[in-house]
Amino acid sequence: MTAGHASYAEDFRTVQATLPGAGVPWLQQLRTNAMESFLDSGFPTTRTEDWKYTDLRSLTRRHYRPAARPQPANCAVPADPWWQDELQHRLVFIDGYFVPELCPPGPLLSGVTLTGLARVLEEQPDLLEHRLGRNTDLEQPGFNAFNTLFMRDGAYISLGDGAVLDQPVHLLFVSTGTDASLRPVRNIIVAGPDSHATVIESYVALNDAAGLTSAVTEISLETGAHIEHYKLEEESASASHIAGIYVTQDRDSRFDSHNIALGGQLVRNDLQVALNGPGAATTLNGLTVTRGRQHVDNHTRVDHNEPQARSDEWYRGILDDRSRAVFNGRIVVHPDAQQTVSHQHNHNLLLSGDAEADAKPQLEIHANDVQCTHGCTVGQLDEEALFYFRSRGVDATTARNFLVYAFAADVLERIRIRPVRRMLERRLAGRFMETEALDFLRDRLSG
Amino acid sequence: MNTAAREMLAISGLQVAVEGKIILNSIDLKVRAGELHAIMGPNGSGKSTFAQVLAGRETYEVLQGSAHFLDQDLLDLSPEERARLGLFLAFQYPVEIPGVSNIYFLKTALNAVRRHQGLDELDAMDFISLVRGKLAAMQMNEDLLYRSVNEGFSGGEKKRNEILQMMVLEPVLTILDETDSGLDIDALKVVADGVNSMRSPERAFIVVTHYQRLLNYIEPDYVHVLSAGRIARSGGPELAIELEQRGYGWIEQGEGAVQ
Repeated sequence: MTAGHASYAEDFRTVQATLPGAGVPWLQQLRTNAMESFLDSGFPTTRTEDWKYTDLRSLTRRHYRPAARPQPANCAVPADPWWQDELQHRLVFIDGYFVPELCPPGPLLSGVTLTGLARVLEEQPDLLEHRLGRNTDLEQPGFNAFNTLFMRDGAYISLGDGAVLDQPVHLLFVSTGTDASLRPVRNIIVAGPDSHATVIESYVALNDAAGLTSAVTEISLETGAHIEHYKLEEESASASHIAGIYVTQDRDSRFDSHNIALGGQLVRNDLQVALNGPGAATTLNGLTVTRGRQHVDNHTRVDHNEPQARSDEWYRGILDDRSRAVFNGRIVVHPDAQQTVSHQHNHNLLLSGDAEADAKPQLEIHANDVQCTHGCTVGQLDEEALFYFRSRGVDATTARNFLVYAFAADVLERIRIRPVRRMLERRLAGRFMETEALDFLRDRLSG
Repeated sequence: MNTAAREMLAISGLQVAVEGKIILNSIDLKVRAGELHAIMGPNGSGKSTFAQVLAGRETYEVLQGSAHFLDQDLLDLSPEERARLGLFLAFQYPVEIPGVSNIYFLKTALNAVRRHQGLDELDAMDFISLVRGKLAAMQMNEDLLYRSVNEGFSGGEKKRNEILQMMVLEPVLTILDETDSGLDIDALKVVADGVNSMRSPERAFIVVTHYQRLLNYIEPDYVHVLSAGRIARSGGPELAIELEQRGYGWIEQGEGAVQ
């Protein structure tokens, strides 16, 4: 234990009584356990195998304090947002606090609950007793316990038996705080049998402040449920963003994840999926685009606990300047998980000689009747393709831009939600392309 | 031949190395508008190197000699400048570009050339009507336009796609690098028809090939034989027929004087 941990314990004692559900015994117990775990292990260091490539000293040197509830005057969403008016169901959070006044009045939906987690903790804590913390592991060093200590709000989405949401639910997390702001976020998504929804978890910043977002999303899919989940991280260039997405899947459920990291100085995503029933399928799609001295670490883990489940993983990184991306893809096929199908792909494109990609596939297979493959590359732009473009009259810069875009196309093509795809295409265009390429994007979008 | 036709390409004493090893040695060649030159030779004779050097491939190092294209110093120009001036290389191994649609690749290329020529760029509608007729001539399925460039194309489709690009870009000097390799007889005819449809007094062609077969369909004005990095022999169409009958051995052994 270090002095840093102790002062977070102090902070917790200060805010404890003000946290939603403070008087609820099971929640008090959960927080007590989190406190013990956090005091015991603290934040991870590079000596922890899972954090070997991600040095947290820039984060642990600072002390973050829970952000104050935003004043109504400071509650704003970005002007000219990428979603325009296309996403109807939106929950808006400012510095981690749910602000219903900023949410468009969405249509009422039968069998669906969409609200802030704090409200549920205050008004119907029983709904969460066996949900909160069910998918996360407090024993893991650091951030889950830290999040459980300070969590106060987030999204609560519950889909009843057979409930189907035609339009995506947009969870918008806006950072407005200072360099020392801690923004804890805890989201709970419960998808009942045969329900279906698309959830977009997006993080944007209104200023350049550093600050720390600590986000944990727990997603439970019951038999036959289908959740498509987007995480779009566009924090400020100096912010730290540490997130975990913990998913459990019952029989015949389907989970599609799109994990997009564009912003932030230090970003970590732990994405863990437990396939707990035959016929469950999961697809993990990821795109990381970094520059400057950004550091993005994606750790994914898929546990095949039952037979006849499938997992497919496509992660790509585009790294410029002195940035660094880490990909660690762990697949564990447990002894009973016969007839597992699991494919993992990770490809990284280095645009600068100073950029670095650390890619590590980890397959642990304890069953004998399985189909598992993995492939991983780190490379530069294809010189042959560049020459091919140029030999047709296209200048070298445009050719380069095309190839960067094309590298990401594989991930983009799997994104079904039009405004999300359009946003990403624009971000890539803004970063890598010139006018000619915008024309290209228009063509693609109209095609 | 029309000796008054304008000189398109003039190569003199060209010496080229890759990674320090000399591949081409004192190549001299003149190509005038309207002419079709075949460059033949055994494997490893430097044919493909020659084609690629003309297109501006940077992995080859020009040690000596000169090359002029339309009175400009070709060796001073970037690959894209050469293309915009009207030089086109049909690749022996067309490159696959996942994620870039064939139609967009073509349109971008054409508009780059048109901009250079001071012409308006074509929009998507104009472009598609321009390309459709040429696609039919190459007996290519329209869906190939919407697939990624060359990705998953058969060998024949890739070569047809090269000729389609040529027909769209309308270069003045086309270099075909073993375009016949890997083609069955039907595809060969389609490719040859595509090339022949482009022949005119204003255009010139350099056809690099190992076999005489292609020259049954694309009739050359001149035939040159490359051997060990030199033009070992030059002649008319009858030289190709002689090579077909006798092979390359007699030239490699130095029989017959260099012209």
